[in-house]
Amino acid sequence: MTVSGPDTTGPELRARLRRSRRRSTLISVGLVAPVVLFLVVFFVVPIVQMLGVSVYDRSVSDGMPRTAAVIGTWDRDGLPGEHVYAAIAEDLIEGQAERALAGPARRLNQELSGYRTVIFGTARGLSEEPPESWRETLIEADERWGDPAHLVVLQRAVNPLTDYFMLYALDMERDIEDAIRLQDSDERLFLGLIQRTLTIAVTVTLVCLAMGYPVAFLLANIGGSLRYALLVLVLLPFWTSLLVRTAAWIVVLQSEGIANTFLMWAGFTHEPIRMIYNRFGTIVVMSQVLLPFMILPLYAVMSGISHWNMRAAQSLGATFSTAFRRVYVPQTLPGVAAGTLLVFMLSVGYYITPALVGGASDQMLSYFIAFYANETVNWGLAAALGTVLMVIVLTMFLIYNWIFGLDRMKLS
Amino acid sequence: MRKAVTTSALAATTALAAGALATPALADLTIASWGGSYQDAQRTLYFEPFAEERGISIIEDDFVGGIGGLRAQVTGGAPNWNIVQVESEELILGCEEGLFVLIDYDMLEYDEDDFIEGAATECGVGNIVWSKVLGYDADRIEGDTPESWADFWDLETWPGQRGLRRGAQYNLEFALMADGVPADEVYDLLRTEEGVDRAFEKLDEIRDDVTWWEAGAQPLQMLASGEVALTSVYNGRLTGSNRAEGTNFAGVWPGSIYAIDSWVILEGTPDVELAHDFISFASHPERQAQLPEYIAYGATHAGADEYISDEDAPHLPTTPENLEVAIEFDTEFWVENIEALNERFDRWAAR
Amino acid sequence: MRLPPYATPAQRLGYWLYIAFCVLVFGFLVLPLIAIVPLSFNSTTFLTYPMPGVSWRWYEDFFSSSSWRLSIYNTMVVGISAALLAAALGTMAALAMARTQLPGSRIIMALIISPMVVPLVITALGMFFFFTRLGLTNSLAGLIVAHTALGIPFVVITVSATLQGFDFNLPRAAASLGAPPLFAFRKVTLPVIAPGVIVGGLFAFATSFDEVVVAIFLVGPGQRTLPRQMFSGIRENLDPTIAAAASFMILISIVLLFCVEMLRRRSERVRGLR
Repeated sequence: MTVSGPDTTGPELRARLRRSRRRSTLISVGLVAPVVLFLVVFFVVPIVQMLGVSVYDRSVSDGMPRTAAVIGTWDRDGLPGEHVYAAIAEDLIEGQAERALAGPARRLNQELSGYRTVIFGTARGLSEEPPESWRETLIEADERWGDPAHLVVLQRAVNPLTDYFMLYALDMERDIEDAIRLQDSDERLFLGLIQRTLTIAVTVTLVCLAMGYPVAFLLANIGGSLRYALLVLVLLPFWTSLLVRTAAWIVVLQSEGIANTFLMWAGFTHEPIRMIYNRFGTIVVMSQVLLPFMILPLYAVMSGISHWNMRAAQSLGATFSTAFRRVYVPQTLPGVAAGTLLVFMLSVGYYITPALVGGASDQMLSYFIAFYANETVNWGLAAALGTVLMVIVLTMFLIYNWIFGLDRMKLS
Repeated sequence: MRKAVTTSALAATTALAAGALATPALADLTIASWGGSYQDAQRTLYFEPFAEERGISIIEDDFVGGIGGLRAQVTGGAPNWNIVQVESEELILGCEEGLFVLIDYDMLEYDEDDFIEGAATECGVGNIVWSKVLGYDADRIEGDTPESWADFWDLETWPGQRGLRRGAQYNLEFALMADGVPADEVYDLLRTEEGVDRAFEKLDEIRDDVTWWEAGAQPLQMLASGEVALTSVYNGRLTGSNRAEGTNFAGVWPGSIYAIDSWVILEGTPDVELAHDFISFASHPERQAQLPEYIAYGATHAGADEYISDEDAPHLPTTPENLEVAIEFDTEFWVENIEALNERFDRWAAR
Repeated sequence: MRLPPYATPAQRLGYWLYIAFCVLVFGFLVLPLIAIVPLSFNSTTFLTYPMPGVSWRWYEDFFSSSSWRLSIYNTMVVGISAALLAAALGTMAALAMARTQLPGSRIIMALIISPMVVPLVITALGMFFFFTRLGLTNSLAGLIVAHTALGIPFVVITVSATLQGFDFNLPRAAASLGAPPLFAFRKVTLPVIAPGVIVGGLFAFATSFDEVVVAIFLVGPGQRTLPRQMFSGIRENLDPTIAAAASFMILISIVLLFCVEMLRRRSERVRGLR
């Protein structure tokens, strides 16, 4: 490498400076590109695609192509014409032979229980000889072929682009005139589920705040080695696996567990109290799991606050509580906001803990997403509920970003 | 020195990763079943003797249920597995989707009639019969023991929590039987609106006293720890626990619900004839009759009964006395209604 | 944190109540962890106190059972590979973000942080659909890729923190003295950020070590990790083997925590913060 002599001619220097800047930027872009590429390919694209499943589904249009081509012509005034029924019949016969009906049957049955029987029951009985009227033959095979409600579902489902799952995830549906309406109150499930998810998340957040704030205050105002010892008590659970802590809590809370043994020994109760497999257990365990996420940001903010502010206020005549409220607390608000948002964001997506220590009415959105994805293979609905959860979390994320900026995020 | 450490660490990880990613060695037959002590028994009774007799290699894997995984294998081209033991729901769904090779009963050693009712189907051959019964810990119950689902609902005579599987499945059937519906009318009634209403109303009575379980071994755990007094539970696990852990659990057969697990051959399997031969081998009545020595599941070959020991017979779903008072799980009904009824169950639980 | 000598009785009472409350919260945080460890030495199959006797049998079970051993092996392979990948990718990104003001850096940062924030069920389901098509399900490779994505934010955050206050004139000075870029990186930049990189890697490992939801969706029985095995164990067979596994995992957590604290202090010393 040769070092050239100083060159002070103006424009050339500026050009070289610009070149060097550009080179530096290019290097940075080159350094950041692998991460961006990796995350886009293996994280963003999969999630976007998955969420897309909630509005795009080809199972009926692929499984019943002839029907898909003609059923759009039906104006819902009376029953469809013979050519529509003929298309359905041909699709059923061919689909039965090629085993292509499972997709449409599953999809239609998701919208209307019983549709599977309509499809397979009819398909098994059809012979290839065209009868005089496919319409009569089909209705004879299953009277539901004469029911407009069933046909409307079919007509809607042949369109790959669907809002059915999203609406359903919000307890809404389209009536026979295609108008969107809320389901009857005794048919609703998911609005209550969303509400329950938010309630649990808010409760856990508040419990964490109530326990975390005083402890963070203690940590920030205590001296020397005791502080480190106590910090380890917070960090140890933070580093310990969620599964380990959940197992530990089962040992503590079960009906012959430590807590009940103690309560009965101390004479508080004669019968074991139910503390697990219900809402109480869910809140307790989730709070313990998430408490470090509240304490650590609070502690980070509090340890930066000088205690002389409080002293000054008190020396000017304020009582401790007034000084605390008016002088100290306002300075900790950034920490409060960070901890609360973080805990809320994490708790709203919880799955493992409620699944292991909750009861039938304590399961949150994540549980239902996993249920529809794994157990009933209703991926559209799983994706739609995922979208709902995603919207909640992203809103929180944006608020967090807006208040703090992500560049200031820190760990421990 | 440090560099050497880093390099060797990297090399070790790469080697580990490469080992982990390597494709499994080719076997003549790959069989997936439900793992655990059950698969250990199958290995002794079926896999190893068959491999030896034919001089072939068999690789085993665990199947954890779910049609999604099977679909992914078949639609992805050559499946990793050849033979899988599936539950009745997967049998129906996979058959409709064309994931399984149609069983050619001419290639099989036995006819459809040789099997118990419902075991020989288009896409699969029944392998075991399992049952869901009312279970309790005989050591913890003093006085009369429960004898029916009506007793399960009787919180005064048998105080304590009840264990049921989370969801609508099985529980609606149990509720109707507890409400006095004869076993053979349960599914007819459940196919009507009133029947479902009636079942949920019956469930209302014990709503606050139920602990819901999800995994098959949980009810045993809850019985052992005293978390629940009575619970629904798989029969095989009850006897299994009694043998392995020395517990004194008992099951109630009247009102139990049984179902059949079947062998299926995945579409794309290269040697379909060999797969059929294995199924024949595993359907041999005398061989099937040995399974209850390991785990209390019933045999599917109608002739297996006579080889089953008197000691095992009372614990099996297929023993005539037990079979008579039980009902068969209506898979068709549940495949069609599971979502709607589970959603209703969730609404009910949240109320 | 001491009471002034002139405190009133009410203040004294309040102070001691406050201390008592804090003690309770600390107990709430660690007592469950402490409670489960002794049960791993229980001589019977129940997870209850009082223990009738003491034995090593559950540790024997744990370390001799093929499924637990397989899960330990899988966890180590996945955790170490994911941590190394995340550390490499994350360090590059953190360096880039610190040395220049990139266009759209806020968006890039949001992208990098997002795996930490998106609920795991959503990540898991998305990857499940996507990886099925790539044939990456039921393989450790798929899980490594997934856990790398989950670990990257931790590396970027910790390395960024060590880079705060790092003088980028130092590598420039090295370059002006004739050092090739990679040499300057190794001799100048790396020693300063190394603790951050390692801590980030440890965080990434811990994330993988704790992750169960993605594992539930992506892998089969042959690729079960330790947390995944714990999950089945808790649901299906809650005996002291679980307590033994839990104690083993607590031990690993303590080691990780210890390493991170040591490195953090070292890093503060190197950067002259203390």
